[in-house]
Amino acid sequence: MREKLGLSKEQIARARELAAAVTAPVLAFVADHTSVTVERATLRLLGADGAGADGVPVPNLVVDQLRAAPGGLESGAAERYCNALLRTGLGPAQLDERIAAGYRVADAPLADAAAIRTVGAELVEAGLGRVRRARDRRQAKLEEFAGRNHEPLLYLIVATGNIYEDVKQAQAAALQGADVVAVIRTTAQSLLDYVPFGATTEGFGGTYATQENFRIMRAALDEVSERERRYIRLTNYCSGLCMPEIAAMGALERLDMMLNDSMYGILFRDINMYRTFVDQMFSRMINAYAGITINTGEDNYLTTSDAFEKAYTVLASQFLNERFAFAAGLPARRIGLGHAMEMDPAIPNGLLYELAQAQMAREIFPEHPLKYMPPTKFKSGDVFQGLVMDSMFNLVSKASGQSIHLLGMLTEAIHTPFLMDRFLAVQTAKYVMSGWAAFSDEVEFRDGGIVKTRAAAVLARTVAFLEEIRQLGLLDAIERGLFADVCRPKDGGKGLDGLVAKGPAYWNPVEDALRAGLGLAPARGPGQAGARAPGPQGEAP
Amino acid sequence: MTHIVRPYGDTQDDGKVQLSFTLPVPEGPRGREAARLMVLGWGFTECEVVHSAALSDDFSFYVAYATTDRGLDVDQVTADEGHAPGASLSMDEVDAFLGAHIGRKVVVVGACTGFDAHTVGIDAIMNMKGYNHRYGLERYRMIQAHNLGAQVPNERLIDYAEAVDADAVLISQVVTQKDVHVHNLTEFIELLEAKGLRGRFVCVAGGPRIGNKLALELGFDAGFGRGTYANDVATFIARKLVEKAAAV
Repeated sequence: MREKLGLSKEQIARARELAAAVTAPVLAFVADHTSVTVERATLRLLGADGAGADGVPVPNLVVDQLRAAPGGLESGAAERYCNALLRTGLGPAQLDERIAAGYRVADAPLADAAAIRTVGAELVEAGLGRVRRARDRRQAKLEEFAGRNHEPLLYLIVATGNIYEDVKQAQAAALQGADVVAVIRTTAQSLLDYVPFGATTEGFGGTYATQENFRIMRAALDEVSERERRYIRLTNYCSGLCMPEIAAMGALERLDMMLNDSMYGILFRDINMYRTFVDQMFSRMINAYAGITINTGEDNYLTTSDAFEKAYTVLASQFLNERFAFAAGLPARRIGLGHAMEMDPAIPNGLLYELAQAQMAREIFPEHPLKYMPPTKFKSGDVFQGLVMDSMFNLVSKASGQSIHLLGMLTEAIHTPFLMDRFLAVQTAKYVMSGWAAFSDEVEFRDGGIVKTRAAAVLARTVAFLEEIRQLGLLDAIERGLFADVCRPKDGGKGLDGLVAKGPAYWNPVEDALRAGLGLAPARGPGQAGARAPGPQGEAP
Repeated sequence: MTHIVRPYGDTQDDGKVQLSFTLPVPEGPRGREAARLMVLGWGFTECEVVHSAALSDDFSFYVAYATTDRGLDVDQVTADEGHAPGASLSMDEVDAFLGAHIGRKVVVVGACTGFDAHTVGIDAIMNMKGYNHRYGLERYRMIQAHNLGAQVPNERLIDYAEAVDADAVLISQVVTQKDVHVHNLTEFIELLEAKGLRGRFVCVAGGPRIGNKLALELGFDAGFGRGTYANDVATFIARKLVEKAAAV
């Protein structure tokens, strides 16, 4: 990647400093808290799975029992789960069946602490061992099929509601040329405080994310990967009230990417901000350990606010997402910062402003697999114009070296994509991207011209905006509607009652192992100051 | 007097239409012939399949041009033009109209109800910025707008509307898979009626797949579909409120 915009290095460094200052108090809060879904994700990685007769998942049964018991969740859920294994002499699968049938882990007297920790260590080895094997398998396939994917990766979505129908569409999409298939979730799922169990065939505007659905789609895409000799990445949505649990399931079933934004749930799903910040941290540690590439959700700012006027909020959010991700152990090469082409097509030189924004993101985040989202807001029922808009999007994406390219659909404003809509999207993208393959290397931008001037202005405005956020504090800034024009009260939103302050005896062997594996500082005890900050590129100093 | 029309390709009454579709058969001569015969089976007199491509092993894509001899007397056509574009007042006109006839700020509450997470519609109507250079209701001097956002339960919307003494309630529904929008909209009206509040609010439904006809059937005062701007909705609310005031 050659730098062409002449952006101010000082301003970029200042923006990163500000992002670190803005996120530090939030991370301090995160370190002292856990949540119901963090504990359930921990249990899942220790082996808790299955569901009771009425469909309540085993991890929820355990956490709900503990919350109702004296002491609640402040010591974490792992201790009681490991204790129950010791007390019953069962393996995790049999214990899960017992819990599903009504066995109470909260009531068994606690065994010797050292014995519990030994069980914990064995379970962590089994669970994270499976995650590591998935990670290694992905790596081996990427090496085996090296050079066979498109640049940028072509990303397509399926969303039928029925996992078996999704499989047909996903396999067709992969055969047509998709490098990434995302299974959109049913609209209700982000607000469920549990993850449904088993294969599902009913959903609205998408398909439930369940571990079994992940497994089914993984197998289907592996089949096409082998046939095409091209690794097809699988993506799902690690957001909502079960963010870390989705991460755990994805890590176990070898998903490759996860939509995983640090603030999306707060702004666009009205999930409580404290809960979201705690959940995103643990989910990102799991994603980092599993080698999963996260995709952040800055595109959503632009569907809500004006893309031309609020371009700086996207860049500011990218800096914040980057910092939160570094803190969770994600390296730059796994942080797929998001943005979108959503400016009003009526703006003269609008495509040049889009090119400026995309090129700016590329230069500020050179190693990051940037995720670029297509026009949606100004799409209409005019499918012909829609195809042209997507073609321009394809051009801007290729010309600015984007990494993950979500293909636009000519029928975006009409319905979930038809089989042929995806085909047309892939065909036109291949044409544009092949025809302009070396465009980025061929073209320089004029000093004082539209592109350089615009990029410099957005960066400068971003630094000023981050200064404002630092003075206010991130939580107050969100409360006042500085992001996406959405105001969210600190104690408002969904899920706050699922947040728990860690007690003095809090124990989470999964978190400990993740931190060790990621080279992060060990979890500090509640109230202890001085957690080590990660280094500038997220690796441990 | 009849005025029969047919599709126009490049000559009056040539009846030319373009079609594209997918068939669950492999691409090939047999698929193309199947596509052609299928189009003829739909009543077209001629069909030329101009393009076909494999979408996967079992699916194929077709572009076809076909000819129809069926015409229609457009003079006999009646359309739902209740809120046709052009019939609406501008933002300033709405404000002036409300100032003259209501004399206070009108309270409008809006939300996407049920599990629908798509705020694009309600935002286009309500947000200050509006959509496509038409300001949203928040910008109207004589309207106090409350946008509750997405995934709002019907009960909460009604409680909120009562609490702020709303004049009008807007519901946006974008997701229509399995008729979930019909369910959400019906439940809202039923809840209002159960609470004896239906007469209190002007109730408006909106969304890309929602028409006035459907909204009226479901018990709303109006429905707004694709191409609606804030001033269309504001005009309807303003006129309806004046009508309601006159009826008392």
